[in-house]
This record gives sequence, C-alpha cells and structure tokens, in this order.
Amino acid sequence: MMRIEAEALAFGYPEHPVGRDASLSVGAGEVMCLLGPNGCGKTTLFRTLLGLLPPQGGRVLLGGEDIGALPRAETARRIAYVPQAQAEMFPYTALDLVLMGRIAHRGMFAGPSSEDIAISRQALADLGIAALAERDVTRLSGGQRQLVIVARALAQAAPLIVMDEPTASLDFGNQVRVLSEVRRLAGRDIGIVLSTHDPDHAFAVATRVALMADGKIVASGPPREILTSERLRSVYGVEVSVEVLSDGRSVCSPKW
Amino acid sequence: MKSSAGAIAIPILCVVLILSVLIALTIGAYPITLEGFWSAIARLWSGESAQTPEERVLLNIRGPRVIAGILVGASLASAGVVYQGLFRNPLVSPDILGVSAGAGLGAVLGIFLSLPLAAIQGLAFVGGIATVSLVYVIASAVRGRDPTLVLVLGGVVVGALAGAAISLLKILADPYDQLPAITFWLLGSLASTRGAEITGALPAVLIGLVPLVLLRWRINVLSLGDEEARSLGMEAGRVRAAVIAAATLMTASVVAISGVIGWVGLVIPHIARMIVGPNFERLLPTAALMGASYLVLVDVLARSIARIEVPIGILTAVVGAPFFLWLLWRGRHGWS
Repeated sequence: MMRIEAEALAFGYPEHPVGRDASLSVGAGEVMCLLGPNGCGKTTLFRTLLGLLPPQGGRVLLGGEDIGALPRAETARRIAYVPQAQAEMFPYTALDLVLMGRIAHRGMFAGPSSEDIAISRQALADLGIAALAERDVTRLSGGQRQLVIVARALAQAAPLIVMDEPTASLDFGNQVRVLSEVRRLAGRDIGIVLSTHDPDHAFAVATRVALMADGKIVASGPPREILTSERLRSVYGVEVSVEVLSDGRSVCSPKW
Repeated sequence: MKSSAGAIAIPILCVVLILSVLIALTIGAYPITLEGFWSAIARLWSGESAQTPEERVLLNIRGPRVIAGILVGASLASAGVVYQGLFRNPLVSPDILGVSAGAGLGAVLGIFLSLPLAAIQGLAFVGGIATVSLVYVIASAVRGRDPTLVLVLGGVVVGALAGAAISLLKILADPYDQLPAITFWLLGSLASTRGAEITGALPAVLIGLVPLVLLRWRINVLSLGDEEARSLGMEAGRVRAAVIAAATLMTASVVAISGVIGWVGLVIPHIARMIVGPNFERLLPTAALMGASYLVLVDVLARSIARIEVPIGILTAVVGAPFFLWLLWRGRHGWS
C-alpha cells in the first residue's frame, strides 16, 4: 500500500524557514484535512510533501522511499497534485488539460496515445463532466475548472492526491460537489491530503484532521477529537461553538 | 470547434503556401508568364543548365529568395509559438531573450570590420547564441525568484546593452559605405540571399526543429508553469533549457541570413492560435506554414511596391503594428 509519510519535516527556504516538526502519514482511503489560518504554511508544506521544494530537515517518504531520490515521473505516478486553479492560461480544451496528467506514463518524445485519450475521457466521465471535454477551460466556471483539474489528477492514476484548497473561491453548490467527489475518491481507495478554511469541510470528509498554526501542527487526530471549540478559538482567535446534530454529524458555528 | 478547424487548417495552409510560392516566382521586375514558368521549371528539372532569362531569374534570384522566405518565416513563427508558450505570455516574441539584438551586434561588428558576407553571417549567429547563453547564465545565478521572469528581465537588460553597442558602432562606422549596409541589415532583407546562405542555415534550422517536434506534448505542459509541470512528472528545468536552445538556434540561424525581421514571430503565432487553439501539436505546423506564406508574400511586396527595394522589416512592422492594436482593441478573452 502506498503511503505518504512526513517525518519531523522542516519546510520553507534556507533563508526563510516556514515550519518544522511536521509529521503525518496518509494511505489508501484516508482523507487528511489540513486546517489553519492564512499564512500558517499549508501551501509550503504541500509543496514540500510533493517534492517541489526540498525539505529543510526531516524527510518525506512515498511508499517507503525518500521523495528526493525518486525521479519526477516516478513521483508523479505515486502522488498527484490539484493546485488552486490558475487565473491566466492558454485556452486548452478540458480534454487537452486532462491528457497532460498522462505525461508521467509516457516516454520523453511520445504524444498522447489512444489509450491516454480513453483514460482521460473516463476521468472526465467519472466526475460527471464528460460533456465538457471539448470546451475551452478558460470559459468554464470556477467549479467546473476545479473538477477538470481533479479529473487530470485521476488520469494521472496515482494512489495519492494532494489538493490545495480545492473549495477556495467556489460557490456553495460547487463546494458541496467538490467535497462529495473527495468522499467518492476516498471510497475508491485513493489517499487524499487537502487543505481548507472551513472546519465543517473537515467534519464532512476527513478521516483525520491536522490543525496548523505558525508552521506547526498543533494537534492531529480524528475530526471530533481535534476540532473542539477551545482549539478553534486558540488557532483562529474567534469564539466558536461545535454542535452535534441529531443525526450525529458535527457542525461548527461562530458565536456572534 | 477548434479541434476540427485544426484538421482542415493544415491542408488549406499547404495550398496557400504553394500559391504564395507561385506568385512570388512569377511576379517581379522581370514578369514571367505561367507558360514560361512551367517550361522553365521543366527544363531546369531535367537537369539542364539555365539559359533563358526566365531560367536564370528563377534559379539564381527568385528561387533562393522564396526558399529563404519560407525558411525565415517558418522559423520565426515556430520560435514565437515556443517562446509564447514557454514564457506563458502571449506578448513575447523570438527576440525576447536578446537573440535579435545579439545577432544584430555580431553582424554590425562584421560590417564595421569590412568582413566578407559569410563572416558577417557567422558573427550574427554567434552573437545571437552568445546573448541568449549570457541571459541564461545570469538567470541561473539569480536564484530564488520566478525563473521565467528573471529570464525575460535578463533578456531585456542584455538586449539593451547590445543595442547600445550597435549604436556606438553606427557612430564609428563610415557613413558612406558601412552605415547604409548596417541600416539595411538591421531592417531585414532577403535581397542578398543566395543558395550558399540557405544551405548554410538549413541544417541549423532543422537541428532546432527536431526537438520541438519531439517534445511537442511536453511544451504544452510547460506552458502551465514549472511547478505544475513538475508535479505532473516532468523535469521542467531540463526540458525548458532544451526547448529554449532549439528555438534560439532556429532564430539565430535565420537572423544571420535575413537580418532583423520583426513582428513575424509575434503576430503569426497569435493568428495561428486563434485558428487551431493553443495545443502545440497543431499549433506548431500551423504557425510554421502561416509564417512561411506570410514572409514569401511580404517579400513580393518588398521588391515590387517601389522602384527601390523596401527593407522587409519595415513592411512586417507596417502590417504587424496595426494588427496588434486591433488585438488590443478587440479585448482579449483568456490568451486566445
């Protein structure tokens, strides 16, 4: 089973350390949700987990091997990345963009094969957006574009996916749609690490939560145990109450 | 849809190129009728030496000029497509890294030293490659910033320095003999290209073209930016270096035979992207074909609209600048 493990990870830049002592472990079917205020280092931690930034201490293991020692293509076959959607890009079709997820599976000088096209169309169909295949991505809504990027991660066929604030700047309906896809992916035994600003999203999808503040993971564990009103107050500095609904779900609401 | 436009665009553009070549071969100071043209071609094809005026004009003057137009136009447009994708900016052109300024400096130096034509072209080529290498070294030395931005800014700075050196040489040059040659060269022209120059430039252009064709899919991925390209499994830095080297080789080798011809590498990629979309696999052949036809036709204008030869760089600017204003005025959606 492919796991991503961070051991006593220090991350950031040599002249500008961002965080340290981050340890986590995520495997098949698990959803680790990273919560923390703006600027606490979530994106920098993700870039280090993906091997895009070298660790400043500690190490990242992918399937037991140090990520720094793996070739980029091998890393991409083990872990996929769903970045926040770019505002400016060339008007590729959704299918062209999803096809780019197949690059790690093909040789240096290859073009996409008919198998790659079939896999990419299937990824779009899995997310219910097969009809968007020939559409220009710059003309899609934010939610549709986010789903296209998720489809690209599926086409990449990696057992692990990292998503950087996949619900950011989406309307309510699209947030729910993206989160329900996260749950379905976990049901297909994909391990997921995602960040969010909304504790309710963690209640909805996470099997584990890591609460971050000032570059450190201050608490991690099952959502119910970690997301208490005291911890949320100390991390975000606002009064919050966490209620359990009659059907057993937890929700979080500010105290006005 | 753009994908279906891509399928028919390439055959149509092939026909357009053939027609452009026919026009360029028959129109000019010595007009050639179609019958005269075919009989001359048939005789030359069968291996006989050029005897009639038609045959000599076709073989020694217009033929090389048309081939040079195809070579220069296709290379500048291909390099433009590559640079725009790579720097994720539709406003860049092949001279963004200082290729043209460096090649210009090399050629001006050659003219200033009264070197023979082949040496001038060699210096232009070396100047172009040296400038881009210098820019690349500077960008590698400045770490920890956006590598693409540093490359572009480095290109602007080194290009400006080369421009200053060119101005100095123009002041020092002999105003009656060298200065007109320098000015003509800096404005670009296909007038002096002969067979030997083409056979000199052709291998370098082909060597530059091969990696672009082989890496066509990866160039798409590079246009998403380094970070995303790496997360998709690509050694982005290495591929980018290879692609820049290839596009620079093409640009420098054609600038060496034609002088500095602006706007082609900026405008043609835009029109090509409007027709077939940004996917590099279709965009590269489309832009190359359009660039070739465009330059062949503009060169016909350059040698026929006035009693004297008009430098082709002036015409490409006269056509390109209003087109670009139109692009701005039309507003833009995404980067189409």
